[in-house]
Amino acid sequence: MNTQRFMLGTAATLAALMGSTALAQDGETITIGGLATLEGPFAAPGEDGLRGVELAIHEFGGEIAGHPIEFITASSDGNPDVALESARRLVEQDGVDIMVGPLSGSEGIRIAQYAKEQPGTTFLNGGSAAIETTLVDPAENFFRFNTEGAQWTAPLGGYVVNERGWDNIVIVSEDYSFPYAQIFGFMATYCEAGGTVADKYFTPVGNNDYSSVIAQLPLEAGEIDGMYVVLGGSDAVNFLSQYAQMGGQLPIVGGTNVTDQTVLTTQGPARELLPGILSSGPVSDNDDLEAWEEFKQLYRDYYGDEGLPSPSLFASNYYTNTKAALLALQEVEGDLSDNHAAFNEALANLEFTSPTGTVSLNENRQATAAFYINEVVEQDDGSLALEPMERIESVDQYLGLERETYMELGLPSRENPSCPS
Amino acid sequence: MRWILPLAVIALLLVYPFVVNSFWLVQIGGRTLGFGTIVLSLVFLTAYTGMLSLAQMSVAGVAGYATAYFTAPTSGVGLLLHWPLALVLALGLATMAGLLIGLVAVRTRGIYTLMITLALAMAFYFLTLQNYDLFNGYTGFNNVEPPVILGLDLGANLPFYYMSVVLAASCYFGVRHVVRTPFGLALQGLRDEPDRLRALGYNVPLLRVLAFGLAGFIAGIGGILNIWLNASISPGSVALNPVIDVLMAGVLGGIGHPIGAYIGAFVFTVVDNFAIDFIARERFNTLIGLIFLAIVLFSPDGLTGLVHRAWTRGTGWARRQRGRARETDDIGK
Repeated sequence: MNTQRFMLGTAATLAALMGSTALAQDGETITIGGLATLEGPFAAPGEDGLRGVELAIHEFGGEIAGHPIEFITASSDGNPDVALESARRLVEQDGVDIMVGPLSGSEGIRIAQYAKEQPGTTFLNGGSAAIETTLVDPAENFFRFNTEGAQWTAPLGGYVVNERGWDNIVIVSEDYSFPYAQIFGFMATYCEAGGTVADKYFTPVGNNDYSSVIAQLPLEAGEIDGMYVVLGGSDAVNFLSQYAQMGGQLPIVGGTNVTDQTVLTTQGPARELLPGILSSGPVSDNDDLEAWEEFKQLYRDYYGDEGLPSPSLFASNYYTNTKAALLALQEVEGDLSDNHAAFNEALANLEFTSPTGTVSLNENRQATAAFYINEVVEQDDGSLALEPMERIESVDQYLGLERETYMELGLPSRENPSCPS
Repeated sequence: MRWILPLAVIALLLVYPFVVNSFWLVQIGGRTLGFGTIVLSLVFLTAYTGMLSLAQMSVAGVAGYATAYFTAPTSGVGLLLHWPLALVLALGLATMAGLLIGLVAVRTRGIYTLMITLALAMAFYFLTLQNYDLFNGYTGFNNVEPPVILGLDLGANLPFYYMSVVLAASCYFGVRHVVRTPFGLALQGLRDEPDRLRALGYNVPLLRVLAFGLAGFIAGIGGILNIWLNASISPGSVALNPVIDVLMAGVLGGIGHPIGAYIGAFVFTVVDNFAIDFIARERFNTLIGLIFLAIVLFSPDGLTGLVHRAWTRGTGWARRQRGRARETDDIGK
């Protein structure tokens, strides 16, 4: 009896599962699908990313020119296979008109390919920042209003040569596509300005023991002027702690994630190495950029204690992309006819003020925006924050180079680029 | 009477594409068949030889990586071959991988087989992650499309679905056939009483290794379907999560009978895709976990066990069914 009742229950559940799929879009409603990593190592950034989407929709009052906006979500775990599965669900099953996502680099490359199979849907990037997504055979209906990893670090390379006088460094980095992009952007201007890279050390994501790398690093400046560290989260903390414990004092420039708040709030040996680190990225704590302050206020008002103390870069990126979609929708008054022709046209020509400043797209539908070179400083209350050294306006996808010159650099990998001493 | 169910299933599989949208066709249907075939290789090993392997996803990954390496070279990694040759190589390598895993695991039983195959699976994951000459590291391979044969694009939804049906059905009936051959009977013999079988003059380790090889071949077919579905493969495809997913789907469907593999894969895929609709997005994995817990709790031999018991109770056919594959109580002993 019990088993039979249970079977009935199962059947009912299955029926409900299938039934829910019958929800088609009403004539007027415009559906936005949000895809982010709600599982795995990037779960926290993923949640914050979707907060950004919700915030943008909320800002527009949940409707555009009389069309109510419906928002549904799907999850990935950072794996491109899973991201693709979820994207297919949103597009082919739930019939979303606009998709916002995904979060991480390799997922983005895969989703941009998928966009080509679905001309009737408009794709906006979420937080993913790999170079290839909008560079290699970009999809017509994939738009990225956030900037990518190489753009973030491009200003930094020339800066350390010209302002600090470094010309020989080593690189310590995680071994995957996003750090490659950060090294790529950095070295593009660094090598051009006359710098050389003595060696690169790659470690797997989630590594705990850096002793084999540290054993090969000089402990203070000499022939080597400094090191460029491209690690994120716990990897950065572990590496810096172990290097500090070995008595290491080599000056450091960091990838964008090294000076993220998750690292700057750390305690212990790593902390003494942090003040003075140079890095670059779209955000600076101590620059009172009006747009960022407004965004922060909006985020705090809407989420209160539910959200993070301060919105993350991912919330900002998802927010920027969603807002772009809504602004363009407003411009065409919700007209999505003819495979979104007018809407895509409006998106391509859109220019607006994002939380990190003015943003516009180039011919590959990749954002051009401004960046900061930051130095980590100790505040009066003892906390660490990013002090802006310089703000560089409109860095484009080609890092300020001619398109041909840039394309000749090839795609980033472990070996590319290299400028040996 | 006994033909009604199979005929109904075949009819359902054939009509299915015409009643569902492209998502249910490819992402649920195609994935169930490809993923289910990988699960089938596990169910075959477990139900008929009593060995529980966690390395089946890795073996499928070998086939997937080989397909990518030989049909879609990327940034200097890979070697473009004609597709039939590439597929033969991929299946050959998967079978070899199965045999090798069998060689390593052959002297172990129960939990030790589980541990050693898990260790192999993780070793393979880290190899793909860090090796750039063969596996292209973290990025892996993209744009791996199925071939176009005589103008028929196997990557299009309908042909891909039917190809998956044909391959999955071949694997299913292949397994049903093999277990009735002297080789299959010997496998079931060594599952139940390896010592007696040895006394009868069978080479027990060899039989086990061969079973792993055959499971490797089946997993290889599933792996190729899987990579064609996703068009890409990266270390994430052979990481711990997918490795465990195979076992979960197997347990869900019922690890005592080959059809359980596909039932498990179907339910797993559906739950995995739609759980997020029913619960806040931060908690949907909890719902997935609870559904699995409920099934395992109320029916230790999975959904097939549940149906089987309901069926025998309803029709009083228990006597006729007694000669079939054993209940799962002592699997992995």
